[in-house]
Amino acid sequence: MEDAGSRWTRKHLLTLEELSAEEINFILDTAVGLKEVSTRSVKKTPALRGRVMVNAFFEDSTRTRTSFTLAASRLSADVLDFSEKGSSVSKGETLIDTARNIEAMGVDIIVIRHPAAGAATLLSRTVQCSIVNAGDGAHEHPTQGLLDLYTIRERFGKIEGLRVAIVGDIANSRVARSNLWGLTKLGAQVILVGPPTLVPRAFEKLGAKVVHDFDSIIGEVDVVNMLRVQFERIKSSQFPSVREFTRFFGLTLERFHRCKPNTFVMHPGPMNRGIEISSGIADGPQSGILTQVTNGLAVRMAVLYLVTQAG
Amino acid sequence: MRNQYDQADVARMVEHLAAQIAGEFAADAPLNIIGVRTRGEVLAARLTELLQSRHFSKIDRGVLDITLYRDDLSEIGPRPLVKPTKLEIALDATPAVLVDDVVFTGRSVRAALNLLNDFGRPSFIRLAVLVDRNGRELPIQPDYVGLKLSDVPRTHRVNVRFSETDGGDEVVVEPGK
Repeated sequence: MEDAGSRWTRKHLLTLEELSAEEINFILDTAVGLKEVSTRSVKKTPALRGRVMVNAFFEDSTRTRTSFTLAASRLSADVLDFSEKGSSVSKGETLIDTARNIEAMGVDIIVIRHPAAGAATLLSRTVQCSIVNAGDGAHEHPTQGLLDLYTIRERFGKIEGLRVAIVGDIANSRVARSNLWGLTKLGAQVILVGPPTLVPRAFEKLGAKVVHDFDSIIGEVDVVNMLRVQFERIKSSQFPSVREFTRFFGLTLERFHRCKPNTFVMHPGPMNRGIEISSGIADGPQSGILTQVTNGLAVRMAVLYLVTQAG
Repeated sequence: MRNQYDQADVARMVEHLAAQIAGEFAADAPLNIIGVRTRGEVLAARLTELLQSRHFSKIDRGVLDITLYRDDLSEIGPRPLVKPTKLEIALDATPAVLVDDVVFTGRSVRAALNLLNDFGRPSFIRLAVLVDRNGRELPIQPDYVGLKLSDVPRTHRVNVRFSETDGGDEVVVEPGK
């Protein structure tokens, strides 16, 4: 008896938009099997022994880069770190040339984060090795989307039929886009919440509900996913003042008390405590924030394992 | 060569296996019975039950998923789903019986031994299989055998089916796909 749907054929993980619900579930199910590895006394399996993964990050990251590095080492792959600073990129080398040179050293997987939307997809068309998108501009962050799906599924036992609010700077958020694709494919209802400048109505075309009044939906959602206020963009005219943002869109204690009793609180990190989320909630029993980080490791192990096994 | 064994045959084989194991271990000493997913897990559960009915009182059971330890993934068709290994038992300094449905090339057993090694150090490990078929590629031999088949053509498969996973008990030798 073979497992139903046990066919994984993708060599790359570029977006959640292009995956079917079945493929997303296959990654999540694989992650369930891999989560156990991190509970062993020897936290390692030989699945990717002799393979090489390169972290190619053209943007800052702590969590994602560390998580991919640890995921690779739990699978016994060797890891190289590449960063823009101090590399030939600062001498004017193009992204594709950089990637081809990395690949020429015999690399099996390139994990790439880049400020340009589509960077990972572009690379996947020009190199032979596997490409994993770790964030491309405001486009997608598929492993974050997957770990959010995993965490919600683990908490509720299902995703279908849940109402999930994603709150904050949706327009500039790759986390929001990957979540939106993943959640809608798996049958959840997504409500995007924020000021009109940051949550354009155009998102309704992707199957989400767009709401500019957080309080109007706070009592009816199962999950609240609070996005980070991106200070690097806060000076733009799109963004209200920090105090105004917190008052209307922050998850304050007062607002939290109007949630359903089992509402699950998530945040992709890094958090601005006291701005988009109050500390008492972030550290409270309904917060899944650190669980998200733990699950991120299992999900990334699953992704690295699957892209190298495709064929 | 006989190529089909029915439910009564399978019951006899399992009984025979349990008797072999019971003959070598003391009923009042700790013993770990560890099944290799999927059908080794079923067989381990049945053996445990039979041993308990023979008053073995200190048996702990574990399950191994060897997917990540295989060296022949590309040869076994569709990507198998990786499932959790369940070994929340005291492995160290305790004997372990590793249980699988069929031993063929020996590569799954090799993978299972490597996996066990990542969890602990049993005092010794024995191998119990329902079917021992010819075709070994590694120097690995079972200690307890339910049925020995020594002239199965290389192109044929020995399929063990259990009611828990496949709706009925049987062992069938069939041409490979």
